[in-house]
Amino acid sequence: MSHRLALFGGVYSNHLALRAVLEDVERRGAGAVWCLGDLGGFGPHPDRALEILRSSGVPALRGNYDDSIGHGRGDCACGYTDPRDNHFAQLSYDYTAARTAADHKRWMAALPEQQRLEIGGRRVLLCHGSPRRVNEFLWESACSDAFLEWLCEAHGADIVACTHTGIHWHRALPSGRHVVNVGAIGRPANDGRTEVWYAELAVNDAVSVEFHPVAYDHDELAREMEAEALPPEFVETTRTGWWTTCLENVPAPERRRGRH
Amino acid sequence: MAATPLPLVGAPSPARPEPDAGRYPAQPLHHLDALWIQVAGTLCNLACTHCFVSCGPGDLRHPLMSRGEVRDRVAEALALGVKEIYFTGGEPFMHPEMLEILADTLPRVPCAVLTNGTLFTQRRLETLRALSDASRCALEIRVSLDGYRAEDHDRFRGEGSFARTLDGLRRLSDHGLLPIVTVTQNGDEDPLAFRARYITMLREAGVARPRLKVLPMFLLGRETARTRGYLEIETLLDLPAASFDPDRLQCGGCRAVTAKGVFVCPLLVDEPGGRMGGRLDETLGPFPLAHGACYTCYVTGMTCANG
Repeated sequence: MSHRLALFGGVYSNHLALRAVLEDVERRGAGAVWCLGDLGGFGPHPDRALEILRSSGVPALRGNYDDSIGHGRGDCACGYTDPRDNHFAQLSYDYTAARTAADHKRWMAALPEQQRLEIGGRRVLLCHGSPRRVNEFLWESACSDAFLEWLCEAHGADIVACTHTGIHWHRALPSGRHVVNVGAIGRPANDGRTEVWYAELAVNDAVSVEFHPVAYDHDELAREMEAEALPPEFVETTRTGWWTTCLENVPAPERRRGRH
Repeated sequence: MAATPLPLVGAPSPARPEPDAGRYPAQPLHHLDALWIQVAGTLCNLACTHCFVSCGPGDLRHPLMSRGEVRDRVAEALALGVKEIYFTGGEPFMHPEMLEILADTLPRVPCAVLTNGTLFTQRRLETLRALSDASRCALEIRVSLDGYRAEDHDRFRGEGSFARTLDGLRRLSDHGLLPIVTVTQNGDEDPLAFRARYITMLREAGVARPRLKVLPMFLLGRETARTRGYLEIETLLDLPAASFDPDRLQCGGCRAVTAKGVFVCPLLVDEPGGRMGGRLDETLGPFPLAHGACYTCYVTGMTCANG
């Protein structure tokens, strides 16, 4: 019997993409859906995405952004080290924190940080950044197999699913374990395409992962971002599919695939 | 847990007394995320006035590591689940087999090479790009720069080195290797303005898409003669256990190897107490943060790693 699980993360207030992704998930008929966190940031009107997500009944994890917004912390704790990245992150965070309803904040603060599932006899661990740290960036090119094997072993998982970096990837490890970064649905994957991406995990005798691009009305989102006076750099990313900010901890191979 | 703020001070410096290890915070190794390999030992083509391991031409205090030695260390680290490897020196490209060592290592684990950027031949650049393209693991080339003007950089590194380093950066960029430029900031300039100044200069010099990493200055090695060493007050001695944040320091996730053994971190390879053992698996225990450099790391929250 095949078990199919739809996994998405990095909503970043993109309510239009969230609606489109939920429709795509519904159409494909996955058995279960999880959101791996980071509901706010980057996009406009944070409450819109929160209302869609909460009314959908899709369970969600508490990403670093949700933890910060939910607990009223001073910044997003994304883990950037570059001053320009932190500058833009702070603009986005202050905008989001000021426009998120208190009820949503309480809800986010109470979300679980991780979730364990047993699917087809395999131990699946859903997390935000990594199993050991909510804001750890797991980039495909920056992780050895040896490290990912250790991470799975140390956290008792056959399959680890995470998000946080915004670029999706999947690695089948020599031991038969799997690590999946499900990508983000709030902004494009720095690939020059305006679609956003989520993952579908299928577990039967084998494990397979498929990434689905989802088109949505990105022009409308860009107009909303402009109307909210969000940074033009963010709007450009939405319109072009190329990242313009939060680039400095992107490893060379992933950055080389981008434009900036 | 928030770290207790500690004062940064500046004045001349007496030597530090023998540490009483029990009175310093003990930093656990959470996991070996990064292994630093001082592949070129202390051999360098430059003799920078602020070098924290006092490297220079003909300096073999830490000898070059052989290709086999590096392979063994990488194997030890992979068995421990290492995430990434950093090659340093000295100047790594003074090592006659640096490219072969990268070819051995990069297929299995992400690598960064820390270089002064003055020794890039066309063949080296082409090989580096080919190695990078052939692996799914990242190859990061980090180049040190000590000022956005030639006179500043050359004061540390010698006449003409700024121009040679910029030329190296431009050629790395032309080969799509997207170098990370490592700079030190000591003044009080606004970090955004400081960053923008470097980025502008690098773009004007022909480095497309410059990347920047800012580090503090460490009062180690030759830098102690140029400015000063650490003061007695610059210490984590008797820091209350409740104030100590064990997630703040890079030595919670790294070790460094040279031909002389395994050290706690790449900064303390020449310092008393820095050597922890001969094999990596002997060095997985806690480390007493007794050195002045531990104070700099703790106060600034810096890491030598890329991210």
